[in-house]
Amino acid sequence: MDQLGPNPFLFIGAVLFVCGVVCMTTKRNGIGVLMGVELVLNGASLNFITFSKFTPLGLDGQVFSLFVIVLAAAEAAVALAITLNFYNNHLTIDVDRGDELHG
Amino acid sequence: MIDLGDKLSTLLAIAWLLPLLGFVIEVFGGYWGSRKSKAAANLAIGCIATGFLCSALALWMWGDATGWTALAAAHGEHGTTDHATQTVFSGSFYTLADFGDLHLSLDYYIDSLTLAMFVMVTFIATCIHVFATGYMAEELVDDYVDHQVHTHDGGHFHRPGRFYKFFSYMSLFCFAMLGLVLAGNIFQVFIFWELVGICSYLLIGFYVERHSASTAANKAFIVNRVGDFGFIIGLMILWTSFGTFSFGDRDLGEGKKQAGLFSMVARGEHGEFATTNHGQDVVLKTFDDHGHLQVPAETDSTRKTIAYTLLIVAGLGVFGGCVGKSAQFPLQTWLPDAMEGPTPVSALVHSATMVAAGVYLAGRFYPVFVPEVLLTIAYVGCITAFVAATIAIVATDIKKVLAYSTISQLGYMMLGLGVGGWAAGLFHLITHAFFKSLMFLCSGSVIAGCHHEQEMTKMGGLLKKMPITALTMLVGVIAIAGLAIPGLYVRFYWLWILPVPYPSIVSPEALPGAYALALSGFHSKDAILATGLAFENLNQVHFLLFLIPLLTAGITSFYMFRLWFYTFLGKPRDQHLHEHVHESPWVMTGPLVVLAFFAAFCAFAGEEGNLFKMLSHSQPAHVAHGFDGSHAGSVSLPDHDAIHKSHSTAGNAALLAAFIGMTISYLIYGKGVVDPDDIKRQAAAVHGFLVNKWGFDDLYDAMFVKPAHVVAKFAAAIDKFVFDEILHTFVRIGIVISKWDRKFDEGVIDGFVNMMGNSTHSMGLGLRNAQTGSIRQYVTFIAISVVTLFVLLFALYPSG
Repeated sequence: MDQLGPNPFLFIGAVLFVCGVVCMTTKRNGIGVLMGVELVLNGASLNFITFSKFTPLGLDGQVFSLFVIVLAAAEAAVALAITLNFYNNHLTIDVDRGDELHG
Repeated sequence: MIDLGDKLSTLLAIAWLLPLLGFVIEVFGGYWGSRKSKAAANLAIGCIATGFLCSALALWMWGDATGWTALAAAHGEHGTTDHATQTVFSGSFYTLADFGDLHLSLDYYIDSLTLAMFVMVTFIATCIHVFATGYMAEELVDDYVDHQVHTHDGGHFHRPGRFYKFFSYMSLFCFAMLGLVLAGNIFQVFIFWELVGICSYLLIGFYVERHSASTAANKAFIVNRVGDFGFIIGLMILWTSFGTFSFGDRDLGEGKKQAGLFSMVARGEHGEFATTNHGQDVVLKTFDDHGHLQVPAETDSTRKTIAYTLLIVAGLGVFGGCVGKSAQFPLQTWLPDAMEGPTPVSALVHSATMVAAGVYLAGRFYPVFVPEVLLTIAYVGCITAFVAATIAIVATDIKKVLAYSTISQLGYMMLGLGVGGWAAGLFHLITHAFFKSLMFLCSGSVIAGCHHEQEMTKMGGLLKKMPITALTMLVGVIAIAGLAIPGLYVRFYWLWILPVPYPSIVSPEALPGAYALALSGFHSKDAILATGLAFENLNQVHFLLFLIPLLTAGITSFYMFRLWFYTFLGKPRDQHLHEHVHESPWVMTGPLVVLAFFAAFCAFAGEEGNLFKMLSHSQPAHVAHGFDGSHAGSVSLPDHDAIHKSHSTAGNAALLAAFIGMTISYLIYGKGVVDPDDIKRQAAAVHGFLVNKWGFDDLYDAMFVKPAHVVAKFAAAIDKFVFDEILHTFVRIGIVISKWDRKFDEGVIDGFVNMMGNSTHSMGLGLRNAQTGSIRQYVTFIAISVVTLFVLLFALYPSG
């Protein structure tokens, strides 16, 4: 694995990130958007771990990725609650319908 | 043992201050109290009646302490009385201020004149207060309708009743008058003089809504100012030359005394001053270290002198004040108009007391008057007496007749003082106060009975309808006319214990101390005329000073009986009015009866009687000796013996004049031998002249009022066309500047602020479009922004 170098991992991280962003921008389903967020967070976590492995950062990167996971879990809980409330109000979870605050 | 002076001053101060207390309570209590309450009247009567008791007690104590020497001292030998017992008390209540040498204080000066005045004023005021509770009863309502004031819509004026206000003013007036009498220095006299004036103003203008009343109040006040101007000049001269205002001597302690005005100008044996500079300056006397009054030596640095002419001017100045207050010629015009006040006011203020204040001051200030001033006083009094008496002949308003007779009698008093009859003038002051207040109250009773009709031409035949009023009025008329029963003489025996004369009718041969049976007016007028005759004997050139008063005595008798016949006898001229006439209630007729008694008998026994002796006791020492001015080219004044000798001649002449006047009056108005209207037609010019009051009002109108109006109009024009124009120009400039300023504000300042606001607003509107509310768009923007930022980062910092 050491011979592979960081690039393949960074590439996969970037792919995950881009997938997440594309998923966030294209999905109208609120759960889908959440999933995109998870993908972005995981892409970022992968970057942390990669740099933790190939640079003198040491364990810091891994600790950060653990924080990210915890944060993502919390964020998911909040976001799901928002989604449930959103559904209560709009009888749908299409995020495009939630534009009451537009200018 | 309290000093007698302290006792007297305390008693008189109580009598003086009680009405002030009454005034304060009445004016506040009345304001917050009920309009229907008689409490104010009761309080006012209580105050003034208590004052009367205090005054009477003070008089008795004074007499008791002096052993009634005043009464025992026989007429004519008074000047020789020894001064073993003190009879004049002066002192100070309260120091108002000390400005360097100027000592202003509330003093008292008590002699028999003060005491007599106190008793007279408080007694008459009490009677009038009682009368007024009946007369003013119609004011005891919440809604008083003044039938003489018409509103624009043709109705009558409505206002709350002012019963309490009337009595509070009356109390204030009594306070002022008593303060004036008690005053121990000329400055204090001036203070109360003005206070009396303001009370008079308030009371004349009591029916202030009536135009005539407010005008009359103004007239009285303004005319009095003219006289007071002279008064102030007199005060200034006195202060600069004498350095004191005080009448009596002031005790400085340690046996030292500061001489008062009267001591400074004390005369010598023959009524002469101590003079210097060839008789041009008068040297003022002072007390030496041993308390003896003496003329200071020429080397004395504190020696003061006053130019004789300045003394004349000072005397004339103070007399000027008296002229205004006592309605003397040429300032007599205010008094008839002052009859606009309620009748009790006329009785108290404009007959018996306030107008008497001028005579009182002339009497009080007598020691300072020099013969030239006295001659002026005599002539002014003489002219006043005659002019007013002639006007009274044609007056038809019952109160106006009495007003002119008041002026005329005041002229008599001044004349008496002026010709050297000090006691005679003040004697007449007291007797006149009684019979004139009586007659005014009678006229008040008539007016109330006739439902406020004052024109005598509508009265007549009231004798049966109001007998008490008619008879008491007759007493007053006889008293003022000076009638007596000739041939009937009364001799008085004096009891040892009581100072009361014991009369017994004797034959005319028993002359000394025997006088005709007569009412008060005869005695006092007799005394004045006798002095006038004695004066004329000494100064032949001034014969008018006896003849005109004699003529006036006849006229007085004529017009007073005319008034009585007109009002009470004959046939009713207005049948409708006559049917509704009624006698007044007891609260009004009671005072009439009491006053009638005193009007008849207060001067009992004439110059042998208690009143006259009492007054002459205070006579300035030099008066009794007379004054021989023949060598100095000035007038001479008669001494007491000369007056005494001319008594029977003058008395008989006056009596004759009075009888002639009465007879003519009876023939014309009582029996109707000649129709008065015929006389009126025959002498239309004279009648018109008299009805026009000798044209004094027109003259003053042309001389002072019209020019004042012209000046006022001119001043108003200057105000309007100059000062107003200047102000208007400033205002116009201001307006133009403001307009420009407004444009600047609106265009520049507001424009800038609005521009800021508008641009912010439009920017906000523009940014608003970015807020689409679409969450996916936001994410896209964020992603694109992040990418863009990275691209820029790498582009700008390629080396990392």
